[in-house]
Amino acid sequence: MTRYIEGFRKMDAASHFRTTLAEQGRQLAEQGRSIHLMEVCGSHTMAIARFGIRDFLPAAISLVSGPGCPVCVTDPGYIDAAITLAGQGKIIATFGDMLRVPGSRTSLAEARAAGGRVEVCYSPLTAIELARNHPETEVVFLAVGFETTIAPVVAMLDAVIRQAIDNVSLLTAFKRVPPALSALIADPEIQIDGLLCPAHVSAIIGADAYRPYAEQYGVACVVAGFEPLDILYGLQGLTQQLLENRPHVDNQYGRVVKAEGNRQAQRLMEHYLLPADASWRGLGTIPASGLVLRPEFARFDAVHRHGILPTPGRINPRCQCGEVLKGKIRPAQCPLFGVACHPDKPLGPCMVSSEGSCAADFKYARGGA
Amino acid sequence: MNDCVLLGHGGGGRLSHQLIEQEIVARFGQGPLQTLPDAATLELDSRRICFTTDSFVVHPLEFPGGNIGDLAVHGTVNDLAVSGARPRWLSLGLILEEGLPLATLRRVLDSVQRAAEQCEVAVVTGDTKVVRRGQCDGLYINTSGIGEAIPGFALSLSRVGLGDCILVSGPLGDHGAAVLSAREGFQMQNGPLSDSRPVHRLVQSVADLAADIRFMRDPTRGGLATVLNEMTAGQSYGIRIRARDLPFSPGTNALAEMLGLDLLHVASEGCLVLLCAESVAAAILARWQALPEGVDARAIGRVTDQAGRVILETAIGGQRVVDVPSGELLPRIC
Ligand code: SF4
Repeated sequence: MTRYIEGFRKMDAASHFRTTLAEQGRQLAEQGRSIHLMEVCGSHTMAIARFGIRDFLPAAISLVSGPGCPVCVTDPGYIDAAITLAGQGKIIATFGDMLRVPGSRTSLAEARAAGGRVEVCYSPLTAIELARNHPETEVVFLAVGFETTIAPVVAMLDAVIRQAIDNVSLLTAFKRVPPALSALIADPEIQIDGLLCPAHVSAIIGADAYRPYAEQYGVACVVAGFEPLDILYGLQGLTQQLLENRPHVDNQYGRVVKAEGNRQAQRLMEHYLLPADASWRGLGTIPASGLVLRPEFARFDAVHRHGILPTPGRINPRCQCGEVLKGKIRPAQCPLFGVACHPDKPLGPCMVSSEGSCAADFKYARGGA
Repeated sequence: MNDCVLLGHGGGGRLSHQLIEQEIVARFGQGPLQTLPDAATLELDSRRICFTTDSFVVHPLEFPGGNIGDLAVHGTVNDLAVSGARPRWLSLGLILEEGLPLATLRRVLDSVQRAAEQCEVAVVTGDTKVVRRGQCDGLYINTSGIGEAIPGFALSLSRVGLGDCILVSGPLGDHGAAVLSAREGFQMQNGPLSDSRPVHRLVQSVADLAADIRFMRDPTRGGLATVLNEMTAGQSYGIRIRARDLPFSPGTNALAEMLGLDLLHVASEGCLVLLCAESVAAAILARWQALPEGVDARAIGRVTDQAGRVILETAIGGQRVVDVPSGELLPRIC
């Protein structure tokens, strides 16, 4: 019974947002404006597709998906390096999303089928367990992710060091969200009027991290949770800021997200990691947008430990992931979408990760239901 | 006797004989299996039979709510039931890994026995092989089943019409979620419990309404999404379901939230999806809800004119396509 009541409440609230957004759309149209709101994070992309949120938006408001899927922006050369390590008999521990991402030639799933040891983890701590159970070899954890994921991975490394476990290393491709956003916002070819900022990343970096976008570039920012109503509320808030020409950072998730972020997690990250230039698949190299292990922890760096040299890797030249990630085209505008490229045989990473824009659109929208 | 399965248990000699006598005949030897003939001889009442086979591979072998033994019975019984048959006989093929604890084997066979009794089917023939350690994951089971067609059922998607109703008999995704949480060692209080159970009574309870029942399926691998897509593929109609009418158990829901799983893609092993004329939907629901395995039965949607499309009206009233899952269920990064 409670389910039904809860269901109706949600429907009520949602139809309220539908009306409000329609009214805002009318006002925008009156002003002759159309606005582009970017959801920064893959979890938002997913939820938007899964709950059919585009359905709620009037024509004057378009939603573009940002670069917020850590798997999608991982360079193919990184996958190649992981496959090389698997070939050397190491146990590769990874979040499941990485399994089917195409490297230059094959994927980790294919490496596993060919006998490589690739273990899917739900938590970085699984790497420690694997290392304990397999003292004869080394566990290489694929340390991919944004601030949300970096914090728990660094906590795992901290535990590894404290417990003097020496058969765990990290293959890092950590990325920081703010430098990528700065690059996108500064790109004159891309119109971004508002940013729907992810609650979990913001919980680490703090809502203040977005202030420069509002203050210097006039971009509206709302920190929003991942429930469908949170997202609708966030989109309504962004539109309102723009209608009033009053862009600022609105933290709708104040319960969890502090202005300054999670200081403890930041300290731990600073202790182990240093900013470095990083290559984003589709976006190119962005200065100081990555985090790497500090030299004093190099022995936990798989690249250093095994002397492998990750090369940039080869991207399928026809894949438009870069344009999708920048929000320049919708996935369905890629000529390969759903034809040569679909979730069973992804050509680009945006089709692999469940959070990728192409996968989300293929799965849930297919050109609009 | 040693407490694990040995290669010798499959060698055809004294050890094999012992295993068969003590573990198999002791449990299933009342009927045709008693004298271990090469083939079972069965007497049929009807001229139409349904025949099916399935292999069961699950890790871990035991999970909250069941084990591979009851799963192997329910899986085949349910395949027969949703074809409109009354399940009668099963075969039981075992592939055992050297080193499997006999205690585990016994628990699994006890479950087979209990489940078969509950489903009123007899295990009438079987086979046991032992493979070297590492060549299988503990224990694999194959069951084939024969059922007698229940008169009146004429299940066919060609009979589906606009406005027909889609019903489900219980919560979705419990089995897949339970196995996943057991495999990954999640310590969840009130976590997911497998729904491994037979659906044959649900089918038999509506046999007199068979003329208005178009189609039945149990949403195992690939979940409800896969079944609905099978129902609409290449058809002139589509299906629309409503998120707020979908039944889910709280523990399963919690796990799905945690891992970002779409429960429409997760397997059930004791749930029935039925497509019927609107005129009989209420009666079917009432019959199901009177049975313990059907208390959570719901009408979840209808047949529409959107050819080949399965659309979900989401919890907030948006809409989206329900697609089949691709490949394995993989946990997301964040
Ligand atoms: S549809 Fe495939 S090829 Fe096209 S941009 Fe997306 S991932 Fe790349």
